[in-house]
Amino acid sequence: MIEFEHVVMNFGEKEVLKDNSFTIQKGEIFTFIGPSGSGKTTILRLIDMLERPTSGTIAIEGTNVSSLKDRDRIPLRRKMSMVFQKPSPLRGTVFDNVAIGLLFRGTSHDEIKARVPEALELVGLKGYEDRKAGTLSGGEMQRVAIARAISTKPDILLLDEPTANLDPVSTEKIENLIFSLKERFGITVVLSTHDMVQGQRLADRIAVIIDGRIGQIGTSKEIFYHPMNRAVANMVGVENIFEGVIAKNEGGLASIDVDGTSIIATTAFPPGTPVVLYMRPEDITFHVRDGVKSSARNEFTGTITKVLPMGPNARLKVDAGITLTAVITQRSFEELDLGLGKETQLAFKASAIHVVER
Amino acid sequence: MNEVIEGIIQAVQLIVSLDEEVLEITARSLLISLSATLIGSAIAIPIGGFIHFKEFGGKRGLVTIIQALYALPTVLAGLLVFLLLSRSGPFGFLRLMFTPTGMIIGQIVLIIPLMIGMTLIALSGVSRTKQDTVISLGASETQTVITIVKEARFAILGGVILGFGRAISEVGAAMMIGGNIRGYTRVLTTAIALETSMGNLSLSIALGLILLAIATVVTGILFLVQER
Repeated sequence: MIEFEHVVMNFGEKEVLKDNSFTIQKGEIFTFIGPSGSGKTTILRLIDMLERPTSGTIAIEGTNVSSLKDRDRIPLRRKMSMVFQKPSPLRGTVFDNVAIGLLFRGTSHDEIKARVPEALELVGLKGYEDRKAGTLSGGEMQRVAIARAISTKPDILLLDEPTANLDPVSTEKIENLIFSLKERFGITVVLSTHDMVQGQRLADRIAVIIDGRIGQIGTSKEIFYHPMNRAVANMVGVENIFEGVIAKNEGGLASIDVDGTSIIATTAFPPGTPVVLYMRPEDITFHVRDGVKSSARNEFTGTITKVLPMGPNARLKVDAGITLTAVITQRSFEELDLGLGKETQLAFKASAIHVVER
Repeated sequence: MNEVIEGIIQAVQLIVSLDEEVLEITARSLLISLSATLIGSAIAIPIGGFIHFKEFGGKRGLVTIIQALYALPTVLAGLLVFLLLSRSGPFGFLRLMFTPTGMIIGQIVLIIPLMIGMTLIALSGVSRTKQDTVISLGASETQTVITIVKEARFAILGGVILGFGRAISEVGAAMMIGGNIRGYTRVLTTAIALETSMGNLSLSIALGLILLAIATVVTGILFLVQER
């Protein structure tokens, strides 16, 4: 278990972490999501005791490490491994690289000879033992760095943007590996990423960190569909954010006035409550004007004001009294004969909207 | 001009015929400078490591002084060791003046700042991330130092070779402490100085060519090491 209590970290004048408290449970995959420079790496470095917090306490497995002497940190640190965003190959072969953590721990040569190939096989680099570490590609070296970290069978694995420099195939391999490490060995995995989708795929719980402060901690569903504030919503890609006032509420189905447009959403707030509405762009559906009523409570007609192709999808801005941001597949975009300046009909469910009191 | 050409021809003859005096002087030069380099490295590399890895007051000042001493004039190193080793000096009782051992000490004093400085540069060439990686993999303080020094070993070796180059080519300290005694403390540089002043150009040129060859080999090794 890793516990942070009121941890503040300053580098000179710069406040990198601002009063953060959280607990990471044993055996969970805990992900920090945030933009670059938000303090994710610093949190991982604090857990690995590479830095000391400016104030606050950090406890690992019940030991308060903030006040621990450098020498006394080593036995605790040997139960963890950290993989840095930029893998540092040490001189020598892949074997030498993977073996080094075991050498530091005084593991017997026979056991090192058994464990190194085992770790390499886990990262999909079987037979790479004799290669020079300096000659590997970035992705291969990142996987060697992970093998190096897991060869010591740590209780806690810290991964700083583990797949930031990898191609999609390698990324998938690493993600599967992280899963299996948790499943097979019960390792606690703490990782940082700026990739929302990766956070969603991997994490048991996610902490959204913005500008040195954790904005929200929760499951991916909680974070992605029920952001607690605007900053978190922006961070996790909730692009439709509106302020409004509850006009009436009938048994949990509220009609909310947003700049003169009425939106139906599920919430228990009574009439008169000022609220913020959050909705993911993926929750908006488009259909042709065929007169058929959709099952969604909210139906609008609007004009497409912006089209941004994004791989197999397109991101659209639609002016329907309020400006909505929606994502549609390129195929649907073509089939529905949509286009810039064209009028379209769109809908979203009352349950797609997350309502928070202002 | 003829004299010079004749000198060169005779010099080549001296080298090719493996002239005894030429060989003996060359061997002594190598022995003294290699000893100074080895002992100097054993002192300079740990000191460099200590300065790099430890935080202490006046660290920057110390590094600046060390860098200034790269250019320590050889005669000043000679004078310093002379004052220490002469009869009336604090280590006069050791009777090391005009001995090869005294010359080794002189050269050590001369090259240690350079080798400490080169060690510092080599160690700071190892990235912070690499050092953090080593620590995060569970290295103790000693294991960290050893691993980082190993990572920087080729760059450190470059400094050692530079030190050797400076040691074997210097003449001031060798002359003042060794005294250029024939068959005992005469080395390549002091021999060249003496033979030239005596007009014995062919021997000077022969010794000069050998010194040049050694310098070339040393630079070549340095180049190869840094290519790694």
